[in-house]
Amino acid sequence: MTEHQISAQATDEQLLYANILGKGMLVGLVLLFITFALYVFGIMPAVIPLTEISGLWNQPVHEYLEAINHNYLHWDKLPTGWSWVKLIGKGDFLNFIPVAILSGVTILCYLAIVPGLFKRGDKAYAIMALAEVFILSLAASGLLAVGH
Amino acid sequence: MSKSIVQKFGGIYAFLICALTLSPVWALASEAGASAPVPVDSDMAWWMWPLILLVVTFVMGIVAVLGGVGGGVLYVPIISGFFPFHLDFVRGTGLLVALSGALAAGPGLLKMNMASLRLAIPVALIASTMAIVGAMVGLALPTNIVQTLLGATILGIVVIMFTAKKSEYPEVKEADTLSSALRITGIYHEASSGQDINWKVHRTPLGLATFIIIGFMAGMFGLGAGWANVPVLNLMMGAPLKISVATSKFLLSITDTSAAWIYMNKGCVIPMMVIPSLIGIMLGSFVGVRILKVAKPTFIRWMVITILAFAGIKALTKGLGIDLF
Repeated sequence: MTEHQISAQATDEQLLYANILGKGMLVGLVLLFITFALYVFGIMPAVIPLTEISGLWNQPVHEYLEAINHNYLHWDKLPTGWSWVKLIGKGDFLNFIPVAILSGVTILCYLAIVPGLFKRGDKAYAIMALAEVFILSLAASGLLAVGH
Repeated sequence: MSKSIVQKFGGIYAFLICALTLSPVWALASEAGASAPVPVDSDMAWWMWPLILLVVTFVMGIVAVLGGVGGGVLYVPIISGFFPFHLDFVRGTGLLVALSGALAAGPGLLKMNMASLRLAIPVALIASTMAIVGAMVGLALPTNIVQTLLGATILGIVVIMFTAKKSEYPEVKEADTLSSALRITGIYHEASSGQDINWKVHRTPLGLATFIIIGFMAGMFGLGAGWANVPVLNLMMGAPLKISVATSKFLLSITDTSAAWIYMNKGCVIPMMVIPSLIGIMLGSFVGVRILKVAKPTFIRWMVITILAFAGIKALTKGLGIDLF
């Protein structure tokens, strides 16, 4: 069998990607249930009281952020980007951890397959995988913040 | 480009371009009308909305499986049209709904070699980059414009669902130069016939160019993009239907991830909306898979098309500030 011969079986990279994706998804999902239970049953205090949230979610995101900053946080800047990390002691913002895991696991999957691609001389795909890591990391970084 | 290709994909292109360039509609649209939320009933207990959301998304999950569509494409127009949540949060949640479905299905599809990583990587690079641009543009535009374009897009999806044909094993006489260079080819085992199916793709540059538009729209509207991925992979690029459907589903885990980060960093994630929606859609999907064995697919498909048409008209009229229903 030559190096590039195809078969009905998934390649090593594909299986590695699938395994990491599966584990990341499972961890994110389990944490999603746990953190939401801690929040919704009032086990952990929330920044925005449960009784107030329904009065805020009908506003555009900028007004929503201004309202929660004005009413509860009193920060110098609006709570965008990764500023939620400072609030993970609060039930509502704790839920951002599993959401970030679910949104971030793909970056790990791509990083994991790059060495194998280079090793097999598959430079085009290795470079595309690295480019994808860069694109997703840029999106995750919070540097691309815009809004109306 | 041959005449037949233009004819075959003209409808898809015409719709995609129209949805992006409805400038006269923008001028007519009323920001006040679109921004006006569904009134919040202050007497309603706080837990009622998440509970209603859970029930509605549960039903949506069933219908999505039976109708063969992703959760995101139903979620965004219906929830933004008939619930008190602002479109910014609905789009952020819609992306996470589509993302979670793709993450749940992705590992299995990759292991079975139904989803092709070799086909997905170049497509995802383009689609995810453009999804970021789409998300940024969508968040920068006034709500009424996004709502109007969303309505036009949903109605376009209805047209695609109504007219697009599928090809189990498209005829690909010769792989194009780019797909040959990238070795985008594979073999999958067809369980129903017991055969190993060799597949390759053609028109790769055209297909990749189309994902510029698809990625942009996925990010802008938070819809997911299975409705567009499958026709392009299957009819345009010639991948077998099962490979197209599986690779499309897996693709969403990458495309929607990039856009989801933009919405999340912008603050468009409210856990009280996101988690009941994810739970509802997932539980509904589990039930839907079981009902699928006894349901009549044609009837369900017509039902989904009708629901989408209704939601599309609602989104369009809401964006234009017309109180139709």
